Amino acid sequence: MSVPTELGYTAKHEWVVVEDGIATVGITSFAAESLGDIVFVEVPEVGTEVTADEPAGEVESTKSVSDIYSPVSGEVVEINESLEDSPEAINSTPFGDGWLFRVRVSEEPTGLLSAEEYTKLTEGEE
Amino acid sequence: MPESPAEPRATALKDVHENAGATLVDFAGWLMPLRYASETAEHKAVREAAGLFDLSHMGEIRVSGPDAAAVMDHAFVGFLSKVKVGRARYTMITGTDGGVLDDLIVYRLGEDEYLAVANAANADVVAAAMAERAEGFDARVEDESAQYSLIALQGPRSAEILAPLTDADLGEIRYYAGYEHTVAGVPVLLARTGYTGEDGFEIFVEPAEKAPEIWTALAEQGSGLGLVPAGLSARDTLRLEAGMPLYGQELSSDLTPYDAGLGRVVKLEKETFVGRDALEEASRTTRPRRLIGLVSRGRRPLRKDQQVLRDGEPVGTVTSGAPSPTLGRPIAMAYVDGELDTATGAFTVDVRGRAEAVDVVELPFYRRDT
Repeated sequence: MSVPTELGYTAKHEWVVVEDGIATVGITSFAAESLGDIVFVEVPEVGTEVTADEPAGEVESTKSVSDIYSPVSGEVVEINESLEDSPEAINSTPFGDGWLFRVRVSEEPTGLLSAEEYTKLTEGEE
Repeated sequence: MPESPAEPRATALKDVHENAGATLVDFAGWLMPLRYASETAEHKAVREAAGLFDLSHMGEIRVSGPDAAAVMDHAFVGFLSKVKVGRARYTMITGTDGGVLDDLIVYRLGEDEYLAVANAANADVVAAAMAERAEGFDARVEDESAQYSLIALQGPRSAEILAPLTDADLGEIRYYAGYEHTVAGVPVLLARTGYTGEDGFEIFVEPAEKAPEIWTALAEQGSGLGLVPAGLSARDTLRLEAGMPLYGQELSSDLTPYDAGLGRVVKLEKETFVGRDALEEASRTTRPRRLIGLVSRGRRPLRKDQQVLRDGEPVGTVTSGAPSPTLGRPIAMAYVDGELDTATGAFTVDVRGRAEAVDVVELPFYRRDT
């Protein structure tokens, strides 16, 4: 699956895009495919402070539980409530309707990978 | 399942799986399809139409010779000399201490011939135990696991898909029966058995290399009828919904069949068999346990080893848990004391520190309409 070039990526398979100081966070198609069918998602509540590179929630698939790491620091301002009823959106559109939460960033994220760098990383993991 | 240190073995169907886009994983030392696309879709296909499984990792152990029936009665807890030719029986093999070494299906192929089908992880242990237990009898025990492929066709449309490809009159093959027939022109042992809670067939293919011919013929025949290839992930949720035990989860060498609530498979009326003394004692002394079903009121999946509580007090442990595609809710099986009152009280499961409210239900979670 191709990886959108306009997003930033982490080595732990999250994606992030910052617009007007608000970061939207999700997990990548590679992560979603590796996990299998996602059946439950827990994201931080609105108002929670998250810290870059720290666990901010969990995704559970048929077989496993994985932590979600926030790629950015700041306050959570919105969560994707539709995932409660339709966590499968993460499998079908991980870079779109499957977004997880939005953060008002307290500092510009650093150390993100480009689409090209991330693709290379995942090719190494396959 | 711990990863094996050695390179996992490939089945004869590995290329077929790779071409179908399967995610392959090391399972009990074999490279097996975990899923092809969505395991939930595979599960639903088996419930509503049909699924095709590669089970070539399972062990096939043949016992033949004039004393074959006597060996089987000595080696296993069941009364296998009483199984009619052409029929199959679910049974167990235990150590002298009564601990379960494996649960398996045994097919009686002839008066003097049986085929025992062991779990992949236990196949070597079972083959060695059977060979040892056959000493002094006029019978041969041969581990033929490497010679066989095993394909399972499971789901309500299985017979419809298989019928045009076999010489067998499928109406004549009852549940838990198996005979020599052909499928796609290849001689096989064709059995009406399975591990999904659906009607279906298991096709034992020897030599193993013939499996792709049969797989491809079934896949083509079933393509317009909703048949999909299905992996181990769907197999696990299907058997869980059907309330079937899995060795390593509901069964282990630390448990006797009585501990597992499956004492009915032990035939103490047989005068001697390996483990009889320990099992006879266990039948009198084991405090009855019960395998119960749990259905969560929440969405967070229940998992193996999580604690079950009644009104906040620990009463049991989850042995298997998963999201149920059929019920649309997380389900689990758990052992509790046989005397436990499950009709009253508030039941919860400790999911990583959170109490998830669950309802206790009778097993199985799913039973097909017959």
